[in-house]
Amino acid sequence: MSIFVDESTKVVVQGLTGGQGRFHGLRNRDYGTRVVAGVTPGKGGQDVDGIPVFDTMAEAVAATGADASFVSVPPRFAQAAILEAAASVGFIVCITEGIPAQDEANFYNVLKRDYSGVRLLGPNCPGIISPGKCNIGITSGDIALAGGPVGIVSRSGTLTYQALHELSQQGIGQTTCVGIGGDPVPGTSFIDCLAAFQADPETKAVMMIGEIGGSEEERAAEYIATQMDKPVVAYVAGVTAPPGRKMGHAGAIVSGSHGTAQGKMAALDKAGVHVAQNPTAAGEMMVELVRSLG
Amino acid sequence: MDLLEYQGKQYFARFGIPVSSGGTADTPFEAVDVADKVGYPVVVKAQVKVGGRGKAGGVKLASDADEVRTVAGQILGLDIKGHVVKRLWVEHASDIVHEYYASFTLDRAEKRHLAMISARGGVDIEQVADEEPDAIVKVLIDPVDGFHLDAAADAVAAAGIDFEARSGAAQILVDLYRCYVEGDADLVEINPLILTTAGKVHALDAKVTLDDNASFRHPEWADFPDVEGLDPREKLARERGLNYIGLDGTVGIIANGAGLAMSTLDVVTQVGGAAANFLDIGGGASADVMAAALEVINTDEKVRAILVNIFGGITRCDEVARGIVEALARVELRSPIVLRLDGTNAEEGRAILAEHLSGRLRSEPTMLEAARRAVELAGREAR
Repeated sequence: MSIFVDESTKVVVQGLTGGQGRFHGLRNRDYGTRVVAGVTPGKGGQDVDGIPVFDTMAEAVAATGADASFVSVPPRFAQAAILEAAASVGFIVCITEGIPAQDEANFYNVLKRDYSGVRLLGPNCPGIISPGKCNIGITSGDIALAGGPVGIVSRSGTLTYQALHELSQQGIGQTTCVGIGGDPVPGTSFIDCLAAFQADPETKAVMMIGEIGGSEEERAAEYIATQMDKPVVAYVAGVTAPPGRKMGHAGAIVSGSHGTAQGKMAALDKAGVHVAQNPTAAGEMMVELVRSLG
Repeated sequence: MDLLEYQGKQYFARFGIPVSSGGTADTPFEAVDVADKVGYPVVVKAQVKVGGRGKAGGVKLASDADEVRTVAGQILGLDIKGHVVKRLWVEHASDIVHEYYASFTLDRAEKRHLAMISARGGVDIEQVADEEPDAIVKVLIDPVDGFHLDAAADAVAAAGIDFEARSGAAQILVDLYRCYVEGDADLVEINPLILTTAGKVHALDAKVTLDDNASFRHPEWADFPDVEGLDPREKLARERGLNYIGLDGTVGIIANGAGLAMSTLDVVTQVGGAAANFLDIGGGASADVMAAALEVINTDEKVRAILVNIFGGITRCDEVARGIVEALARVELRSPIVLRLDGTNAEEGRAILAEHLSGRLRSEPTMLEAARRAVELAGREAR
């Protein structure tokens, strides 16, 4: 099984007529994802390579029965797009990078209050891929391998690809790979994904990729120690990052002793997680672990 | 973007938060001019983006023009923790009865806004938090609800702010929250917030960090010049749209994605080297971007080898390879390049590079091997 999405997931791409939306939306469709509609206000009635475009999410969902949205719109329109999606579908992936933090804090809490059944993945995330079934976002489908048994959850985009690649090359498949994104207010947390992987019978082990900043990895460690019996391999990027500097992601910032890679690795180690020193080592650990599971 | 104190005060004033009257000065002569206008005594304050200005001699009281000239001359050019003072803020000195603390920021763990209010202002708030955590009142705010006068009044009372300052402080909290939300700040902090002998409450200092992601809706931010100036290499990188942070090692790093770039730094360290920088070229690694990245690293004289670590996702490795070939034709590099190319179209990428490989451009199959090779080329023994 996969988590959050599967082969029946029907996707609307908000911003399908834009450069990024078109590129990734069509790639997702080529992968086999059921991309059934696009939404761009003012462009209803057009189509993008045969995919019908609607003015609003409500119209798109009414016409196609879509149950998920892929938000690929510029930062200034992201909040409105996400809130519009939340009124129509239950799963939203937002890849937009550079959304103001005030907007993120606001729509996170609006969703929590008014749309508690809706899951938002991102913003500023690579998306989600369940190999062979569904790919929403920017992950390159050919580096993933279907069939499980590993679930991947990651805060970093390129390190997610790296993790997929390390496992696929060794013939180890993935059930689902989720990029939660590196922004300060992620819609979906490590714990949300760990819980879903724990509940998924096909997922036998989980690879978790964290990075400096915040306290999500520490909270995940606590969850793993108390709520999970599936083995977890973790890697945390940023051991050598200088404190107090933003490193690309708004999320990747260390202040004082809080949120350091060392602190996170220690917390995960204490929780019984197999902690790797680099992405390659994490891949090797997971390969060994999966083979030992038989 | 961190604002200087005076810029923060100008920002506060837009939201109705009372601040002392004052002005900026870049010379002792200008400082006297401002002091004459705002009235003596005045406080002359160094404008640098670093804490501990007072202890470093960057904040001084002056009671007449001669004193202003003297202290302004002393403070200008002063090096405070690596920040050279180029600009002063001169304001009318306040008669302080009490000093308080107020701030708003995002609580990332709670995913809500956090107000912090304390009657113990004027000192390092982290020290107060360590020694006397109960002296700081913390209020979590749901952005959907906002923060209103009744909640502000409760917080002010709970913090033990003096009775005569409570209504003024509560109003300032409400205005400061507006400044934080509508003003798109990551942090707004007043330390100290003061009660004067005249019974007025106002902001004696201002710390504001603006959210760069929101600059599209704040054209007025262009009025906040970068007085201190960036490191020239970081400035060049920013002009080229690159995310660069200078470090002290000898291996220059170029990677796509912040996570992979951080990870590359880690691996270089693990194999016995030291990174000269963090450089994330982001998603589209075109020839222009790659040339710009190599150009920035080439200006760093410490660099002895350059490690380019690309994992193609959206970025296609054949494009990256073409970018590197083109960049090499444009930029005369002082150091050899070690390249690791993997992911989308990696084979096509390696094929494009094959005929260009030499002692100056090497390709390695994995991140670890590439890091080892780069560390060796930089003159260290790789582990």
